[in-house]
Amino acid sequence: MLATNDDILKAAEDWRKGGRDVALATVVETWGSAPRPVGSNLVIDGEGNFLGSVSGGCVEGAVVTEALDVIDSGQPKMLEFGVADETAWKVGLSCGGTIRVYVEKVE
Amino acid sequence: MKLNLLSTLNAERAARRAAIVITNVASGKSRLVKAADVAKDPLRAILAERLRTGKSGMADSPDGRVFLTVYVPAPQLVITGAVHISQTLAPIGKLLGYDVTIVDPRTAFASIERFPDVKVIAEWPDKALPPLGIDHYTAFVALTHDPKIDDPALTHALARDCFYIGALGSKKTHGRRVARLKEQGLSDADIARIHAPIGLDIGAVSPAEIAVAIMAEITARLREEGEADAGSAPAPAIARAAS
Repeated sequence: MLATNDDILKAAEDWRKGGRDVALATVVETWGSAPRPVGSNLVIDGEGNFLGSVSGGCVEGAVVTEALDVIDSGQPKMLEFGVADETAWKVGLSCGGTIRVYVEKVE
Repeated sequence: MKLNLLSTLNAERAARRAAIVITNVASGKSRLVKAADVAKDPLRAILAERLRTGKSGMADSPDGRVFLTVYVPAPQLVITGAVHISQTLAPIGKLLGYDVTIVDPRTAFASIERFPDVKVIAEWPDKALPPLGIDHYTAFVALTHDPKIDDPALTHALARDCFYIGALGSKKTHGRRVARLKEQGLSDADIARIHAPIGLDIGAVSPAEIAVAIMAEITARLREEGEADAGSAPAPAIARAAS
């Protein structure tokens, strides 16, 4: 069973209180058939550990990479993922939807 | 997001109170509005609407585009009666994301072995129900057939504005129940909120089938999304991301 958003936010709080660097990613907009609804969360720590889901597995790797940047810089980022493009070496959503993910540091 | 905002949010969620986080996506600034404070917030109109529908999303504010993350409590399912139907209803409820609690003072019925993974309270409703924080995000189902157990529990569920209230029993049994509840001073409008006979009419025969009919009716009520029936409050918004 997937962790609920409650667990994810509690983990974000506990990780930060435990002294880890933490970023929180949130699905803020979706178009077409998106795998996870607006408001879904993914929490990432400074070592790339993560909990939760913003896409059911399609783009989590890319979000984690960007989250490490956000942890370093402290500046939030808006990421957008569209349909998978097989000619490009970029991640995408196989379901054909588009999602926008906001990534921020927990300070 | 500031850590103290996150801590406050988690405390609100633990207490089963709704809240909204407003994030300015350009500046990165965020703030928390508790459900109780929505009425006095500058963005109250849109916040109230979001709270009602439970949907997170982008919105315009005087300070620019903001993202509203809406947090509403996870739904809970409270059942009186550790009976056959409950043995199926409890696991189905769990699968659908509900926190499930069974209340039955008859200790022979309410054994843990019959209900693994579910909270079972072997107490009378007057003792068992108040600590559960029964609210608008709760579905309540009375299954004991025993007025001493079901009636006070139904009265509690009505007072707490549960989004779904159902009671097992034939039309005749329910007729007698209605008479008793009226005698206790409940209004017709209150009593009309009790779904009885319980469950969608799918021709259910076995206890497990009746459990499916009940859970289907609860789901239908849950997803009505604000379409108010006569005499009943809008269905609550449920955390769609929490699955």
